[in-house]
Amino acid sequence: MKLLTGNDLPTGDVIWWTGSGWSRHVTDAADVGSEGEALGKLEEAARRVNGPYVIEATLTPDGPRPAHIKDRVRALGPTVRMDLTLAPEASPQVVL
Amino acid sequence: MYQYDTYDQSIVDARVEEFRDQVKRRLAGEITEDQFKPLRLMNGLYLQLHAYMLRVAVPYGTLSGKQMHMLAHVARKYDRGYGHFTTRQNIQFNWIKLDQAPDILAELATVEMHAIQTSGNCIRNISSDQFAGAAADEVTDPRPWAELLRQWSTFHPEFTYLPRKFKIAVIGADEDRAAMRLHDIGIQLLTRDGRLGAKIYVGGGMGRTPFVAPEIKDFVTADDLMSYLEACLRVYNRYGRRDNIYKARIKILIHEIGAAEYARQVEEEFAHVKTLGIDPPLAELERISAFFAPPAFDADAPDTIDRSDPDFAVWVDQNVRPHKQPGYAIVTISLKPTEGIPGDASADQLDVMADLGTRYSFDELRVTHAQNIVLPHVRKADLYAVWQALDAAGLATANLDLIGDIIACPGLDYCALANARSIPVAQKIANRFADLGRQRELGELKLKISGCINACGHHHAGHIGILGVDKKGIENYQLSLGGSGAEDASIAKITGPGFDEDGIVDAVETVTNVYLERREAGERFLDTYRRVGMEPFKVALYG
Ligand code: HEM
Ligand code: SF4
Repeated sequence: MKLLTGNDLPTGDVIWWTGSGWSRHVTDAADVGSEGEALGKLEEAARRVNGPYVIEATLTPDGPRPAHIKDRVRALGPTVRMDLTLAPEASPQVVL
Repeated sequence: MYQYDTYDQSIVDARVEEFRDQVKRRLAGEITEDQFKPLRLMNGLYLQLHAYMLRVAVPYGTLSGKQMHMLAHVARKYDRGYGHFTTRQNIQFNWIKLDQAPDILAELATVEMHAIQTSGNCIRNISSDQFAGAAADEVTDPRPWAELLRQWSTFHPEFTYLPRKFKIAVIGADEDRAAMRLHDIGIQLLTRDGRLGAKIYVGGGMGRTPFVAPEIKDFVTADDLMSYLEACLRVYNRYGRRDNIYKARIKILIHEIGAAEYARQVEEEFAHVKTLGIDPPLAELERISAFFAPPAFDADAPDTIDRSDPDFAVWVDQNVRPHKQPGYAIVTISLKPTEGIPGDASADQLDVMADLGTRYSFDELRVTHAQNIVLPHVRKADLYAVWQALDAAGLATANLDLIGDIIACPGLDYCALANARSIPVAQKIANRFADLGRQRELGELKLKISGCINACGHHHAGHIGILGVDKKGIENYQLSLGGSGAEDASIAKITGPGFDEDGIVDAVETVTNVYLERREAGERFLDTYRRVGMEPFKVALYG
């Protein structure tokens, strides 16, 4: 599957396209198929996302798992500060 | 310490208001990210993996207690309660919100701080010896010159859009504690025949193509120094490769045309620049120097240390260095506890260090390129009290310059450019060598880790260097040996194929075992490596 991700403009938070809006949790991310690039451009123009890009992911029973480690770190937060991560138990599929 | 005059303050204040307006326009959609990005970068604001990151300048690594308290305040109010000190003596905050960035800069400006010259293709924040004004081996205090360089380089119209970023270090002692020869320009102040001047090295750097800077000029007198540097920059600005980002640094220019030809062109340009009268008048130099006059040392301060507490004695041996003033010492606070993150300090720790600086070190603190903090002027009689306060704050790790004192860049845990994580590797190595006795047995051993080829973690200059690479989506680590960022500067050489995360920890241990077997009396790791060469290490690592 393909996911659309980027950063929230005012806060810089990592966000994921859910099919109808943006979420901070990768577990909410929806498959964007081949629509990702176009969608990203529209959302960026509307200032709802900064620097959107499309990534590969696999669907697991717990939710989408980004293919590249960089995006798994983005989904989770710094692996050396688990206290600052987005509750790993909510998205166990991305824990490295 | 230097204190802003009305020009300095109004420049910084005006910059804050300008940036506030730029952010407002970005949030309102009046400018695009493409237009905004260079503007935010000029104010130290990057977009990293999890949030915006703000890099705050600490000019030549010098801070007052008030400034350190401000960093604690920023960490607490606008970030998540901590900051990360960098190899360029600056500090980074990892969780900044764009809409709050102007307020942060406004707060920083109230204590004469900013984020100017922390990004972009300008002359970056000047770096220097963290022991400046204190070291027993100092010839002359580099700080007045570092400050002069700061004033000269800030918003220098000719050098704001260089082919690439430009880093300058200035030192005033024979021992190089600032990795001076790994800078684009390294300046070593010295006296000759009773005259103050400098030896100039140009074209050092790390990154993709590391070089130790060759000497370009044996001696420039102090009254020609600024003109000479202007000429160095001009020749680079004229010929530096703007067409290819990988060839744009001055090190590549010098490598291609040769140090002698570059020096010849600089001389030619210098003859012209010298007619422009840009060297500061003596009065200005004296004005700046006056800010760096030695503090009011107590001439009767006792010159002995009570070493009866054994833990304290170990810390004194490892983290305390001689001061030029009898009765005083230089303290380095290690930000490398075994379980910690190299260079990170919590807001509470920043406050503790600020208070100790104010109370025991004439209100002065320094940041080191090894990501530690220095209290430059502590009475020997106060060392025990300082140590106790540090210990209570988890800041008394006695591992300065040992294998546990690891330099590590943020790597893939924070950095958008990273290929692999650096911090977990640093933590695993620190854990493997957690026993301080074992670390001390190994002696001086500088281990440096970068998460990508940009080399922010100085791995090229590590006695042992580690570079994280991406091997088909898996983190992999290249090992290199024999680098140095000190006065015996050298670039480390890769041992061979890389290792996975656990393999690299074993590999480091293997390397230290070879050293222990092979070393001769008095040899540091680096000395043994230089004597026996790569071969025995290779055999032990790869069979
Ligand atoms: C996390 C955000 C960071 C970004 C985006 C970043 C970006 C870069 C880039 C692109 C380079 C290569 C420049 C070149 O030589 O062409 C570089 C080099 C460097 N950076 Fe960083 N860096 C970051 C963090 C740091 C940190 C945390 C430190 C200190 C620990 C640091 C210190 C350095 C140093 C010393 C170099 C080598 C400069 C040289 O080539 O001489 N940077 N950085
Ligand atoms: S070396 Fe690479 S990974 Fe590390 S901070 Fe620099 S750019 Fe990021």
